[in-house]
Formats: sequence, structure tokens, C-alpha cells
Amino acid sequence: MSETVIETRNLTKKYGDFVAVDNLNLRIQKGEVFGLLGPNGAGKTTTLLMLLGLSEPTAGEVRVLGLDPARQPLSVKARVGYLPDQIGFYDDLTARENLIYIAKLNGIPRHEIPGRVDDVLARVGLSDVADHRVRTFSRGMRQRLGLADVLIKRPQLIIMDEPTQGLDPELAQQFLRMIRDLKEEEITILISSHLLDQVQAVCDRVGLFHRGRMVLEGTVPELGRKVLGGAYRIRLRARGKEDAILEALQSLPGAVRAQRAASDLYEIEAESDVRSEAAAAVVKAGGKLFALDIEAQNLNDIYARYFEEVKHGPVA
Amino acid sequence: MARLHERERTPREREGSPWTGLGAVLAKEMADHLTSARMFILEILIVLTAVGTVYAALQGIRSGGQTKFLFLRLFTTAREPLPAFIGFLGFLVPLIAIAMAFDAINDEFNRRTISRVLAQPIYRDALLMGKFLAGLFTLAVVFSAIWLLIFGLGILGLGVPPTGEETARALWFLLVTIFYGGIWMSLAMTYSIIFRSPATAALASIATWLFFTVFWDMVVGLVVRLFQPAQVFSLEQALQLAQLELNLARFSPNTLFAEATIILLRPSVRSLGIVLPIQLDRALLGSPLPLSQSLVLIWPHLTGLIAVTILLFVVGYVLFQRREIRA
Repeated sequence: MSETVIETRNLTKKYGDFVAVDNLNLRIQKGEVFGLLGPNGAGKTTTLLMLLGLSEPTAGEVRVLGLDPARQPLSVKARVGYLPDQIGFYDDLTARENLIYIAKLNGIPRHEIPGRVDDVLARVGLSDVADHRVRTFSRGMRQRLGLADVLIKRPQLIIMDEPTQGLDPELAQQFLRMIRDLKEEEITILISSHLLDQVQAVCDRVGLFHRGRMVLEGTVPELGRKVLGGAYRIRLRARGKEDAILEALQSLPGAVRAQRAASDLYEIEAESDVRSEAAAAVVKAGGKLFALDIEAQNLNDIYARYFEEVKHGPVA
Repeated sequence: MARLHERERTPREREGSPWTGLGAVLAKEMADHLTSARMFILEILIVLTAVGTVYAALQGIRSGGQTKFLFLRLFTTAREPLPAFIGFLGFLVPLIAIAMAFDAINDEFNRRTISRVLAQPIYRDALLMGKFLAGLFTLAVVFSAIWLLIFGLGILGLGVPPTGEETARALWFLLVTIFYGGIWMSLAMTYSIIFRSPATAALASIATWLFFTVFWDMVVGLVVRLFQPAQVFSLEQALQLAQLELNLARFSPNTLFAEATIILLRPSVRSLGIVLPIQLDRALLGSPLPLSQSLVLIWPHLTGLIAVTILLFVVGYVLFQRREIRA
């Protein structure tokens, strides 16, 4: 049984004539990691702010943990952690003091505060620099402190806005690992990002955002099937009669498309993992198989392909 | 229909109290003020002023033959080349108040801490109110300390303890000073909500203050001349004009503060009539007023100072509530 953590119905936000979010319908279940993906200015941050009750919707309904953020903002904000993009701290205070302030604002009982602060600092690996001023922190340390800041209230839902932006690849990976650990604690996570490939790794489901609309939603393989046609891309290198091999591959059950990419390189798009069948077919057609590889679904491809289609279609 | 039904299920008014988190904001902001370099400089400035003017005043009092209200004279006695302490306060108080508040809100936006703080279970009310009260309390702490310092110097220098009446009058004076600071603080805070850049907010605050300190008198003069008939025939007309000038001048918080402090610290000043404030120095006629009568005289000033503080705060409050958090 699953519980709905976030639900929006025809959520709309307008700034004057500009429609930032257009009739958004979103459902996120408990324990899910959902990626809200899209280019800058697509309306992601606006959506997140409405979920938190920091911005008032022009129309539509929002329910977060069963509560209305516009009417019950305190209950929502007590249960939801928000990690803004380009998070700011009070630079003249130490990491510990920054966290204590947030803990106090959350009304955490005074005697619990020191323990919780130590806990979250240890968790994000900042115990050594707990009493250094935040002014001296690097981008990566700030981001980890931001996570500590969110965790101190023990949230049921964490909303992160561009959490890996500005981090070098190694730090980004490290940060994503922390997010994966959170998932194991049954915390629901909503991540907004335009860095598709980084986020792809941690999200259960993603939604593609474009001009205030959610244009695609589902798991990465689902989206792959929808947009790229085949969900699986298999590359194989074989030598032998080219036409016969290609024909054999094209007639594979489940193959959507097969083509020769280079002299002895073939590409198959298929609905399922047909690697063993492909190998058998090549051998049967009298070819010699040298390499067989499956390409993981890539959000970048899906994304690029989708917007290519949109551009050529009537929508644009 | 469905939507209407939905709305009915959830409570219409906001849940919880707007004061949630006020204590935390207040404590943090006061700690910031009291430890900041900015405040340190201002404190040194005001302590030096206090010690300097009071020392000069002590010498003046010793050489003069007056025996009444010696402690109050510490605040009001000027001795060349130094003006009296209250003269200094007239511009030190706005300076300190503005310095504490001109970056109250826009700095949170610029540091990008605003979304993090407001994502906690508090209302915006708590943030704004906490910041304002922290400023006011800091002002109160600083001026109380100065006040005690002056009394201490007075006891040492004069060799007599202050009377009850003197102490009560000086306490009222302290209260007026704090609310005079409150006006400038809520003004600077409102500017810090309107202007994104702290420098602009600071300049706007200083400009407003300069306007009331330097230019308001000129403006009043001009306006009065507009109403002036070609020739003044009767005494009544002349009085009316003078009254108009005085009333217009009282739109400036500086005038209110100056009049209130004079009445409080110089019990022998018996009225705030048309003779004020230029001829006050020589107004030695009659015996001093009791404190209660002095208070009656400046009650409108006190309520005016407090009302303007609240009014400016409300303007800032409304603007801040409507502000989009998104930068």
C-alpha cells in the first residue's frame, strides 16, 4: 500500500500574463525519489515554492502530506525539508550556530538540540569543521551543511532545488549517494534539476518540465519507450555477411529497429533485453560476434529527442 | 462546486500563531547586533560623546550657581565648543537606528538565507517582528547603559545623589529617546524591504533623515509664506501664522523629539507655545512644573512618536508579506 505524499490538481501560477506553471497534475508516493527535470525557467522552482506554501498558487489545489500549504503552512513546513538552490548561510556564524538557529525556529526542545546538531553534522561529514565560520566553507561543504540543515527537523519529505549544481562531478556523486541513503529511510524526496544524467541515477520516477507544463512523466525506461521507441539499445560488433546479419537482427522478436552504424557495428532498439537472442541470430546468420553491449537509457537522449519532436510538431 | 466544498474542509484562517519562532529570531538578531563591528563603532562613538559632553557640563554646572535639577542639567548643558548631550542625541539616535536596520531584510535576500529561514515552520511576521524588536531592544540596552553611565559620572562629579523627580524625568527621557530611535529604525527597515540593495536603503534612510533635519524647516518656511497675506493686519493673524508654522514643524520627528526632551529635562519650561523653541534658553520665568504636568504637555508628542513607529512598521509589514520569495 502506498500513501500519496504530494498531490497537485491543475496547479497554476501566473506572474501577470506570464504563466509560470500551467495546470500541473502531480502525484508522488511515499518513499519515492522523484526528479522534476527541465531547462532553467521551466517553472520548477515556482512549483517547489508553491508546495512549501512560500508562494501562493493562482489556481488549483495542492496537498502535501495531506495538508494544504497555503492554509496550514506551519504544519507543512515542520514536516518538509527544503534545500534551496544556491543555499545561503549566515557567514559570520559557525556551522553549528547556523544549525542551532534552524533547530530553534523548528521549535525543537532545547535539550535535544545539541544532540541533533552533532548527529546531522556527523552524517554529512562536517563534524571536524562544526565550529568554523561558514564564510570559510567551500561550495561542497555548504551543500552538505544545507543537507544537515534539512535533516535536523527529521522531515518526511525533502524538496531539493538543483542540489548538484555547481558541484564538481565527484562531489555531485558523493551528494547523490547521500540522497540514496536517505531513500532507504523511507523519506520521500523531490529533486528539481536540469542536470539530467546526474539525477537519472537516483530517481525512481522523473517528470519532464517544459514551459510550465509537465510534458512527460514516468520511470526512465518508460520514458525511453515512449520517446525513443525502444527502451533498450544494444550495440554489437560482428563480422560476416552484413546483409544477412542485419536481416537476422531486424527480424528478432521485440526489436523495434536495427541498423548498421559502422562497417561492422550494429545497433538495435528493442522493447526488451534481447542480447542473447541477438547473439544467437548473428551466429545463425554465419557471422562472428566480437562484442555485445547494452546501452543504459539515457535521459539526455530522451530529452533531446523529445524536444526535437516538439519543435517540429504543432505544439511549438 | 467541488472546489467550494474543498475549501470548506480546510480552516479559512491561518493555523498557529504568528509569534512562533519570534524568540529564536529575536535572540539571534540581538546577538548579531551586539557582536557586530558596526555596533561596536557606534557604541564607542556614543560613549565618547556622552563622556565628553557630560564632563563639559559638569564643569559648567560647578561654575554656575544653580542648585536645582543638577542631574538633568548634565544632559542639557552645553559648554563651548561642545553642544549639549541631547543635541548630539538628535543625530546620533537616527544614525544608530538606521545603521541597525537598513540591511535587515534585503541582506537576507542577498545572502539567500531568506528562503531557508522561511522554509522553517514560522510566519514572515516572526522574522520581521523579531528583527524590529531585536533592534529596539539593542537600542534600549545601549541607551540604558549610556544613561547609567551619565548618572554615574554625575554622582561622582557632583557629589550628590539624584532626586526621585530627576530620576523619573530622566527615565521618561530614556523612553522618548528609544521610541525616537524606533521611528528611524522602522523607516530604515521599510526601506530595506523596498530596496534590494542595502546601500540604496541606507542612502534613502539618510536622505529622509536629512530632509527632516535640514530641509523641513525651510519647507515649512516656504509653505507659511504661501499662506501669508500681503500685509499682516492683526496680532491674531500673526499668531495664526506662527501656530501654523509650529504645527507644520511638528511633522518632523526631530521637532517632536526636541520638544519632548526639553520639556522633560527642563522642568521650568512651562509651555510649548509659540515662543518655542528658540527663546527657550532664556525662559526662566516661573517655578518648575511637576512631572505629571510636563507629561501632559508632551503626551501628544509621545503618542505621535509611537504612532509613527507603528505606522511605518505596518507599511513595511504589508510590503514584506506581499513580497515574492523568489529572487
